[in-house]
Amino acid sequence: MPEVTLVEAVNTALARAMGTDENVVVLGEDVGVNGGVFRATAGLQERFGEARVIDTPLAENLIAGTAVGMAAHGLKPIAEIQFMGFIYPALDQLLSHASRLRTRTRGRLTCPLVLRAPFGGGIHAPEHHSESTEALFAHIPGLRVVIPSSPARAYGLLLASIHDPDPVVFLEPKRIYRIVKQDVADDGHALPLDVCFVLRSGTDVTLVTWGAMTHETIQAADALSSAGISAEVIDVATIKPLDIETILESVEKTGRCVIVHEAARSGGWGAEISAQIMERGLLSLLAPVQRVTGYDTVMPLFRLEDRYMPSVDRIVQAAHATLGFE
Amino acid sequence: MTVSFKFDSLQYLDTDGAVVFEPLPEWANDAAILIPLYRTMVETRAFDAKAVALQRTGQLGTYASSLGQEAIGVATASVMTADDVLLPTYREYGAQFWRGTTMAEILLYWGGDERGSDYAGPRGDFPISVPIATHACHAVGVAYAMKLRQQPHAAVCFVGDGATSKGDFYEAINAAGVWRLPVVFVVTNNQWAISVPVSKQTAAETLAHKSVAAGIAGRRVDGNDCLAMKQAATEAIDNARNGRGPTLLEALTYRMSDHTTADDASRYRSAEEVDAHRLQDPIDRLRRYMESRGLWADAEEQELHDATAQRVEQQVKVYLDTPAPAPQTMFDHLYATLPRAFDAQRQAVIEEK
Repeated sequence: MPEVTLVEAVNTALARAMGTDENVVVLGEDVGVNGGVFRATAGLQERFGEARVIDTPLAENLIAGTAVGMAAHGLKPIAEIQFMGFIYPALDQLLSHASRLRTRTRGRLTCPLVLRAPFGGGIHAPEHHSESTEALFAHIPGLRVVIPSSPARAYGLLLASIHDPDPVVFLEPKRIYRIVKQDVADDGHALPLDVCFVLRSGTDVTLVTWGAMTHETIQAADALSSAGISAEVIDVATIKPLDIETILESVEKTGRCVIVHEAARSGGWGAEISAQIMERGLLSLLAPVQRVTGYDTVMPLFRLEDRYMPSVDRIVQAAHATLGFE
Repeated sequence: MTVSFKFDSLQYLDTDGAVVFEPLPEWANDAAILIPLYRTMVETRAFDAKAVALQRTGQLGTYASSLGQEAIGVATASVMTADDVLLPTYREYGAQFWRGTTMAEILLYWGGDERGSDYAGPRGDFPISVPIATHACHAVGVAYAMKLRQQPHAAVCFVGDGATSKGDFYEAINAAGVWRLPVVFVVTNNQWAISVPVSKQTAAETLAHKSVAAGIAGRRVDGNDCLAMKQAATEAIDNARNGRGPTLLEALTYRMSDHTTADDASRYRSAEEVDAHRLQDPIDRLRRYMESRGLWADAEEQELHDATAQRVEQQVKVYLDTPAPAPQTMFDHLYATLPRAFDAQRQAVIEEK
């Protein structure tokens, strides 16, 4: 099995999907000759041709809207938005069309597209390149929002997203595009959508996170373990629809929960998870649910970026707070 | 410096139905071609009057009338095949009826029922797009799929004059040009985007001029002249199907109605202005032309009006007799399979009395 990075796993999954299904097309800015600014689509145009690996004009609304038209007419478009910071012109197409075409035509037309975008902070990128706004998309009825946290999950979840008969926003945490290598077999095996993955079992506190923050969260679990505290770590993976059952089962066991995300705090997806725990798991709780998040500020430029991002220390402290609650 | 050039408007018939430009297309003497066009325009107008009446009597939601611009949709659709794809905005019922969407479906749609967009007509046609010009990008995607599969079909997208101010429109015509796609953008220029006239939308001399920046063919046509409209659509769709690229077709007409039943156009335009456009009526014009050629007579006119009235009543009955969907159906087409996460909400809807 080859050792690959997360972005290489994305590339492998794209090539696998294109090789398996001639209806799969890739479109976006610089995805063709250049192979994508992060190299996620490297080599695809050489292999599958210009007609299926499409360099689009520089217009994100067009990219998303074209993908809607393609998907409704029988193709399987995988559209790339170069950075999440530039995704907002596409929001109209996702909200007004992709997410509701099936509903508004009673299933006559459907929209099996995947919209990929790198997102998140921590790589000292220029302005508009570091935000995490996954909750904007998770709020939209009819969409799926999927976020991988490792090369293996990038491969398996992207294949699953491509196979899915409905629109998927697939957000790739670019901070971990290349920091970890993992053995990933290119066997075409998809992972299940709509379920959380339990990365580590524990009994004292449940740490819930997704994307790049799984790394800090695992480190926090290690630190807690050194202090004799057993933390369970859950990677939500598909944030919408939310697999609350797995989270509730864990909280029932541990009685404590800390939710970790890079995105701003108010109205972040942690708020939704916390609300659902309150609604259905209140009596399991031994302490209030804690959130460790980015602040309700504009994402600072990178001199202060590290102070914005949840740190291992902040996660550990929040876990201690739940354990110290009386 | 301002570069100036002309887009002449294609027109065969004057307001009296007299021929002012020749040669006419061959089919212009063919009753078998003209009568169905005329019939669908008359049906569309009768439907339209009925829909407004239903809204005024509380039996329909807000409705956007197509009064006075029937020729554009009907003539364009008459050139399309079932395998072509229509991407309509509201006010293009003529095109939809020609293709097989039923009046009852359009009433269901404006009557607040999604089943109205599950068309009996071509199953690949798009539903009415309300967010202005957003579907122009869909037309690009549909046309791309047709081209990729080497199918000899075309995507036909209808937008209004206001839509040509939106980024979606520019992005779509630009990409259609780059990829030389089999798509036709019909701009129904009815002079008004709710209360804003074309003169406040753009400083461009015509809307067809916008084709130049996109590097695609542009054409202007008298959209109230059914013959000219059909001829222009024939050429544009034929070019699309045969690899000769996209066309922006500006069809000139006038919105005789309020924007919707929720609008009062007397706030922003004069009755004199509206009256002046009555002379331009596309239905009267085609009828006079057909009468002058001996292709149509009063008896047939009366018969058509009677049959149309019956048909509209029958469709209204289908609409009014359709019970509201069960509340839980709002979940039924949210995803291919409803994720477990929403089971409880669906159940709550069922249980709420």
